[in-house]
Amino acid sequence: MGMTMTQKILAYHAGLDNVSEGDLIEAGLDMVLGNDVTAPPAIDILNNMGGKVFDKDKVILVPDHFTPNKDIRSAELSKCMRCFAADNYIKHYYELGDEGHGIEHVIIPDNGLVFPGDAIIGADSHTCTYGAVGAFATGVGSTDLACAMASGKTWFKVPEAVKVVLKGKKNEYVTGKDIILHLIGLIGVDGALYRSIEFTGDGVHDLSMDDRLTICNMAIEAGGKNGIFPVDEVTLAYMDKVNPIRFTSGGYKAFVPDDDAVYSSTVEIDLSEVPLTVALPHLPSNTKRAEDVRDMKIDQVVIGSCTNGRISDIRMAASILKDRKVAHSVRCIIIPGSRKVYRTALEEGLISIFEKAGCVISTPTCGPCLGAHMGVLAGGERCVSTTNRNFVGRMGAKDSEVILSGVPVAASSAILGRVGTPKEVL
Amino acid sequence: MKVKGSVFKYGENIDTDVIIPARFLTTADPELLKIHCMEDLDGEFIKKVRPGDIIVAGKNFGCGSSREHAPVAIKASGISCVIAEDFARIFYRNSINMGLPILECKEAYEGIDNGDEVEVDFEEGLIIDKTKDLVFKAKPFPPFIQNIIDAGGLVEYTKGNR
Repeated sequence: MGMTMTQKILAYHAGLDNVSEGDLIEAGLDMVLGNDVTAPPAIDILNNMGGKVFDKDKVILVPDHFTPNKDIRSAELSKCMRCFAADNYIKHYYELGDEGHGIEHVIIPDNGLVFPGDAIIGADSHTCTYGAVGAFATGVGSTDLACAMASGKTWFKVPEAVKVVLKGKKNEYVTGKDIILHLIGLIGVDGALYRSIEFTGDGVHDLSMDDRLTICNMAIEAGGKNGIFPVDEVTLAYMDKVNPIRFTSGGYKAFVPDDDAVYSSTVEIDLSEVPLTVALPHLPSNTKRAEDVRDMKIDQVVIGSCTNGRISDIRMAASILKDRKVAHSVRCIIIPGSRKVYRTALEEGLISIFEKAGCVISTPTCGPCLGAHMGVLAGGERCVSTTNRNFVGRMGAKDSEVILSGVPVAASSAILGRVGTPKEVL
Repeated sequence: MKVKGSVFKYGENIDTDVIIPARFLTTADPELLKIHCMEDLDGEFIKKVRPGDIIVAGKNFGCGSSREHAPVAIKASGISCVIAEDFARIFYRNSINMGLPILECKEAYEGIDNGDEVEVDFEEGLIIDKTKDLVFKAKPFPPFIQNIIDAGGLVEYTKGNR
């Protein structure tokens, strides 16, 4: 029986010729990742085990959730990780202000740390982002991270896959975010539970790497174990850009699913029919056409996060906000996802556009996405956000509301003071 | 092993943000986390829960973030077992790693009501609703997962395999 792309990567990393859905395997890992929330408990576990890091060059530690630290407790978490990184000579520890620092899922692909065919686990549910480059990447908890930091391996149950066939070309201002929200709206927040989401079809080639990163980022929001794109010319150009040394050396492997691979279900999406999409409170699957909910007034807009904090997102936001004003009743918070994104935005004059429009610009942080800091909502407030979750209390008070959207809808909504679309402001 | 307690029944897609909101993740101390367990969904939970009590919920329990703090908070609150139609995969792994007993049983979700007295027999995989005099059979763990549980969690399992 044929294998899916994910199954082939898992078989390769387990040293097996073949795997089937349901097999329990142990796979070697190319990278293991933790952040300031999840790494400290893992470090405690590792220390209690008397374990050592299996490879100091294959552990990535990123302070991004509560940073710059919001209080003493969160500062202690960062300190724990910082000291551990120094004691263990962790190569890929990114301190605030380091050249490569930023939100983990923005910087890890951009710093060239993941390649096609790699297997990565991270103690963060959005680790699935890296499927965009044709890698297998999935989220785990702190104990799994601790054991993987010690052994360089972890166990997986081989998943079956949902096949998503993308066709056609998307309309102007429709982004990867609209596509993934649309998909989650179709299949539900458990529509891919325990399964891979494997994207394929001619429409793939029309999607930029940033679109793919956004789409795979939210595979978890459909319950997916991982999301994955085939490796094509867009992938190869991206790999060459972010890590020419590894790319030129050929130290990676592009896997292709077998023709007779079996999928649990197939979903077809005509990209030309994907509308500007929002997910209303309190589930990412509660999707509506943005233009159908234009009466929803808002108090805040957040543009950023591991889902939409890349330079293309920031450029898009600037193109809409240029020479316009954020509505008086709205706080618009722009969060470039990394130092590199921030600097590029500065050099291209985008920060100035935001400042003139009446936005506030934050240093890279996960902050408001998880209701941690830098934009927490009060009771009864509503935010249009380019983040990934709109659960009860996600961004603050339990009776606050988050509406998920792509950047064009978020930037337009900031100007309008309600949910809106670019055609209303441009 | 058997556990027994009153049921707290919740719906589908109970996410980790309501199990333990991220604003409290500046600590991993179970005693501090449990104070806020289920806070945004059911403010009465932590006042009413007694050691041994059981959570029964619908599909996709524990969806959302990878925070291990979620099963830690539930376990520290005194909950002896979570029964759900099914679990989000990271929560499932984390619960096994943390030693929080979890069982998948759709029929139990449909049959058991809030406040029912329920006993769980893990060896037999039986869920017994004493209030309604009903018995449900939970889906057994795959043998590999059972080995991790039997070893006392992933840390002990990993130690044994090094």
